[in-house]
Amino acid sequence: MLSKKVKSRIFFLFFTMVLAAVGMFIVFKSLENNVVYFFSPTEIYSKTNISFGKKIRVGGLVKVNSINKNEASISFVITDLKKEIIVSYTGILPNLFSEGKGVVAEGKLKDKKYFVADKILAKHDENYMPPEVKKALEKSNN
Amino acid sequence: MFKNLFPSKILTLTNKTISGLVILLIVVVTIGLFYSLLLSPPDHIQGDSVRIMYVHVPSSFIALGCFGFIGMSSICNLVFKIRLMPLLAKSLASIGCVFSLISIVTGSFWGKPTWGVWWVWDARLTSMGILFLFYIAYILTWKFIDNFEKANKMSSIIGIVGLFNLPVIKYSVDWWNTLHQPSSITLTSAPTIHYTMLVPLIIMLFGMIIYSLIIFLMKYKTEIMKYKINKKKITNN
Repeated sequence: MLSKKVKSRIFFLFFTMVLAAVGMFIVFKSLENNVVYFFSPTEIYSKTNISFGKKIRVGGLVKVNSINKNEASISFVITDLKKEIIVSYTGILPNLFSEGKGVVAEGKLKDKKYFVADKILAKHDENYMPPEVKKALEKSNN
Repeated sequence: MFKNLFPSKILTLTNKTISGLVILLIVVVTIGLFYSLLLSPPDHIQGDSVRIMYVHVPSSFIALGCFGFIGMSSICNLVFKIRLMPLLAKSLASIGCVFSLISIVTGSFWGKPTWGVWWVWDARLTSMGILFLFYIAYILTWKFIDNFEKANKMSSIIGIVGLFNLPVIKYSVDWWNTLHQPSSITLTSAPTIHYTMLVPLIIMLFGMIIYSLIIFLMKYKTEIMKYKINKKKITNN
C-alpha cells in the first residue's frame, strides 16, 4: 500500500510533531505567569512570591455598589466572587467601565488587599444581545 | 469534488464560473452588510461598535482556516510529495495573510472604544500576531527562494510549525486569562450571542468565504500556469 519511504516519512514527521507539541506544552507551562494577561484576586492571595514593587495586572468583576468617586480619584473593588481587592485609581476611565462588568487594572500592589492602578481597561464578556432583550431578561429575573 | 482541483480541470475554468461566483458574492455581501449595519440591533453594552464584529470574526475564521489548509497540505506535501499541494497552499497564503491583517486592524478599532486601548500583549492578540508573521514568512520563502524544490521544502516546514499556533490561538482564551473575551459560538453549548446578531454574522462569514474562494481559484489557476511554464523552460534548456 504505502511505500517504505512514505512510511518512514510519516513516522519521522509524526514523532517530530509530537516532540514539538510536548516541548511547546512545557514552555507554556513554565511561562504561565508571563502568558496570563492578568491575575484574579484569588490567584493574588494564593501567590507566595509576590513582588510589591513590580507592575502587575489584576482582573475580575467590578463589585456592585463599590464604586467611590471623589473629584479626581476613584476607588472600587475587584472581585472574582471569592476574594476581593480594593483598587484606587486617578485618571480617565474607559466608557464601558461599570458595576458588575469585567475590568482589568494595571498597577502595583500595596498589600494583598490594596492595589494602586495607573491604567484601567474594561473587559467585555462573550454575551452579545440587543438592549431590549437585556431589559426583558432583567424583568423576568426580578 | 477534489477532482475539480486537478490542473487540467482548473485550466479549463472559464470566466463564466468566476462571474457566477462574483454575482453570488455581491448578493450575499449586500444582504450581509445591509443586515449587519442597518437591521441588526446595537449591543446592550458596546452599542454600535458591535458591528465591527461582523467583519472581525469572519476574517479571523478565514485567516485560521487558510493556515489550517496550508499546514495540512504542507504535511501531505512532505510525506506524499504531491505536486498539487504546494501550489494549493501557495494560493491560499496571500488570502489568509490579508484576512489576518484585517482581523488585527478591525480588532484594534474595536479595542479602543471597548477596552480603552488599541493593543495589548495578551495571549489571543499575540498569537494572532504570530499567525500574521507566519503568513509573511511563508509568502517570503516562495518569493525569495528561486529554486522550486528548495522553496517547497522550506515553506512546508514553516507551514507545519505554524500549524501548532492554531490551537494556541483558538484556545488561548480558555487556557489563560486574556483581555479578549472567550468565544461566543462553541460546538458544545448554545451560542451566547443573540440570534439577531448571529444571523448577519453567518451571512457575512458566508460572503467572505465566497470572496476567498474566488481569489483562490484565480490564484490557483495562475500558479498552475506559472508552474507549467517554468517546467517547459527547464526541459527546453
